[in-house]
This record gives sequence, structure tokens and C-alpha cells, in this order.
Amino acid sequence: MIEIAALSVRFGTIEAVRDVSFSVERGESFGLVGESGSGKSTVLRALAGLNRNWSGRMTVGNEVLAPQRSKDFFRRVQMVFQDPYGSLHPRQTVDRLLSEPLLVHGMDNIERRILRGLNEVALPAAMRFRYPHQLSGGQRQRVAIARALMAEPQVLLLDEPTSALDVSVQAEVLNLLMDLQQAHGLTYILVSHNLAVVAHLCGRIGVMQAGELVELLSADDLRAGRTRHPHTASLRELSIELEEPETSL
Amino acid sequence: MLVQIDNLRIRFPTPHGLSDAVRNVSLTLGQEKLGIVGESGSGKSLTARSILKLLPGNAVITADKLIFDDIDVMSADEDAMRRIRGKRAGLILQDPKYSLNPVMTAGEQIAEAWRIHRGGSRRLAYRAAIDLLVQVQIRDPARVAAAYPHELSGGMGQRVMIAMMLAPDPELLIADEPTSALDATVQAEILRLIEDLVSRRGMGLILISHDLPLVSHFCDRVVVMYAGRVVEELRAADLLHANHPYTRGLLECLPALSHRQRRLAVMQRDPSWLEE
Repeated sequence: MIEIAALSVRFGTIEAVRDVSFSVERGESFGLVGESGSGKSTVLRALAGLNRNWSGRMTVGNEVLAPQRSKDFFRRVQMVFQDPYGSLHPRQTVDRLLSEPLLVHGMDNIERRILRGLNEVALPAAMRFRYPHQLSGGQRQRVAIARALMAEPQVLLLDEPTSALDVSVQAEVLNLLMDLQQAHGLTYILVSHNLAVVAHLCGRIGVMQAGELVELLSADDLRAGRTRHPHTASLRELSIELEEPETSL
Repeated sequence: MLVQIDNLRIRFPTPHGLSDAVRNVSLTLGQEKLGIVGESGSGKSLTARSILKLLPGNAVITADKLIFDDIDVMSADEDAMRRIRGKRAGLILQDPKYSLNPVMTAGEQIAEAWRIHRGGSRRLAYRAAIDLLVQVQIRDPARVAAAYPHELSGGMGQRVMIAMMLAPDPELLIADEPTSALDATVQAEILRLIEDLVSRRGMGLILISHDLPLVSHFCDRVVVMYAGRVVEELRAADLLHANHPYTRGLLECLPALSHRQRRLAVMQRDPSWLEE
């Protein structure tokens, strides 16, 4: 579904992403992990068409991606951002937020699609005419996900979709993302610094460090500690150490 | 006892009368590390900030006792509070991007905090600032001191914040989600740094977070808050034996790297948790 080969991204003189290659099958979830500044979000943004200064080869479906994307690309590939406070227009109601992608892509049955969209992310229909500030963080992220799904995309790019949420809300959103993937056969790329979140949702994981993809491994191998690169091992060790509560000796 | 809170209640006016944000909260803190854990809106930040009387202007606070060391916070005037804030009790907030002054260098800001609380010349204060940057384990303190906040990474910015809070040598440090904006590696470094400084200087620490397992690594005791109430208080080491279903729910809804879950447990909230 998605092929990325020798992707490099430059910001001025800094090469933020160097020679990154991976591929994602249709219906698969692929995770990208790494520390801040490792380039994981930069990869995602280049793929999403938000940054044109890249070199290499990227394909989605059968379409070879040019720096300037087609309108249909922006229908098929949607992105969900970290901060649902920043990614929804504060002066637009949920109704307006959800109908916009439908209008842009000239889709019909707007009324029915909005109601179905709200239902799919388990938001009551009463939320339809609220503004983002009247919703909780979890509800907003559900709206952002519903909005991304409005245009019936094939690929969802998720940039830290739960790291601004409470852990209890995070669980609900992760469950929701899993259900939606099964229902629609979506392909996910999930970027996060939280290894447990990525391993929960994704079967295969790429580990980034200083702009390079240093390791590709399965979630099972990551859980079991079958890592090859020392950076992966150290990220894993820290994550395991901190996720278990301190226990009495 | 450094902090004593008895029957704290914080209310806000709404069109339907006063609404409780914090209710019947009592806790004490000595020279120890206390974690306050709960979701957004649980009242954890309000509770901690009440010690500094740093609450929104329309908040209605009542308490049987709200004491910082020997000062009765409830009856203290602004002058008295200013002698606590920053000087005797420091506050570290979530995102250094918003808590640092963007048009002053890191060194100037720390030096300013030093001079306000301790006096002395600018030169002396700047030298103290560099020394504080060394204490928060910044490898190149002179360079960081000369840098503006936008030139620093999140972890570096948070170290600068901590250095600034340490300047007046406070007795209490309140850290309100100090690492939620940082990634896992830096998060652990910052929390270890805070823990180490607090232990070495014999300070009290209130660490506010929504991440229960994480807090347990850096605190002696944990208070769990839900909807403005304390639902459970326990030793950090006893977390696995938590009784309250809310505390258990917070632990169970986390995805784990060590084992695979098909589906994450979702919190089933029980209205009876709201009864006292």
C-alpha cells in the first residue's frame, strides 16, 4: 500500500531524515518510534504532503507521489494530529468540521454521512452542533478521527494521537482506532514515542534515531527483547522499567 | 509538617450556583515525595496550587486548615504569600515553552530569580545561575545560559525551569505534570533529576501527574484523586495492591510493552465513587 524508499528531508542545511525506507501492506499498522527530533514526524509529514522539500521515492497505492499532491491523494490519505485542541477550528461546530471534507471532495449524502461518522466514533448525535471548546479532550480527538474518516480514506497517518489524552481516554481511543481499522480495512502509520502504545496497535515497528531508521522489527520481537540495535534495546528497557509500578521488596 | 491541608474545598461559580471542583481533601506533607494522580479535571492541580493560593480569581476556597510550614495560607495576605511563592515553594509547570520568558536568555532569567530572592550583584547572580545549571546536569552551562528559550529543547528548557526554582533554595517543590510535554527518555531523566535534587536538599515534593506507574517510581506516597475527591492514598510501593476500582482502572487501561493485550480495559465509572 505504502512504499517509502531512500526518503531524505532537509530543513536548510540540516538533514532531518536520511535515507529512510520501509513499506506498509494494505490493512497493516506500521509504527514509527523514536525520541523527539529523531525525524519520525518529519517522515509522516513528508508522506502526508505537508512538506515538499524531500527526495527519494514514495508511493501510496499505485500512485508515485510528487511533491505536489493530487486532490484525490488528500482524500485517500488523512492525518490525525497530536493535539485535538490545536487541530480543530475553534469557531466551527462539529457539524461544520465534519462536513468540510465532504464538500471539498464533492461527496453526497452529507447529512447521513455526518450522523454515521459521529456514531462510528461513539459520539452522541447531540454533539453535532457543539463547538470544540464544549468538548473534552477525548471527545475532540474522536471528532478529529471522525473528520479524517469522512472522505472514506484508505490510509490514516496518526501523529501521537493519544499523547495529549488521559490514560483512561487513551485506552478508549486506541480501542476505537483498532475497531475502525477492522471495519474499514484501513492502513495506519502511527508515530509515537510511547513504545507500549505503538506495540499495542502495530504489528511492525520502525525505530528512528537522529534522522535514520536504525531498526525494523515486529511488535512481538520488541516485546520479547529480540532487538538488534542498541538504541531499540535502550528505548525498550526504559519503557518496561517505567510501565511497571514500583513494587515492595 | 511542611504542608497540612484539612477539609479543603474549592468551588467555582456557575449559572446554577457554586460547583465543587475539589471537595473534602485532606493531606499532609513532610520532607517526602508525594504524588497526586488523577485525570484532567480531578482537582489535582487546584489542590496543589491552593498551597500557593495560585487559583483563578473566581475560585471560592474554604478549608479547616491550609498551612504551609508555620504560615496559615487561608488568612495570609498577598505580601505573606509572596514570601512563600518562588522563595519557599517553587512551582514547575508542564511546558517550559510557555513558562519561560521568550525574550530573556536562560541565564538572565535564573539570575533574576536569584537576585529577587537573595539579592547581590548582577555578576554574582549570573555566576550563581551558571552554577545552578551545572546542578541540573547541563553539560555546557555557559552556552545554555546565553541561549534564548526557543533555542533550547524541551528537556533543556525544563532543566532551566528547575534551576530557576532552585535559586532561592525552597523547602517545597510542586511539579505539575513536569514531563508530559517531553518524550520518554527525557521524561525519565528529568524526573530522576527532580528526585535526586529533592532528596539531596531535603525538600518536600508534590509531583502531579496522570501517569500512575510513572509517579510510583519517583514518590514515596501517592494520593489518587477522582472528581475533586481523594479516593485512595497509599504507599507508592503498594500500588499493585490498590483497593479502589478507580486506581485499579488507571493501572489496567495502560497498554503494556511487557505483555500483549487484545483490547485495552476501559474504565467503568461507578456513580458511588462520588459519594463520601
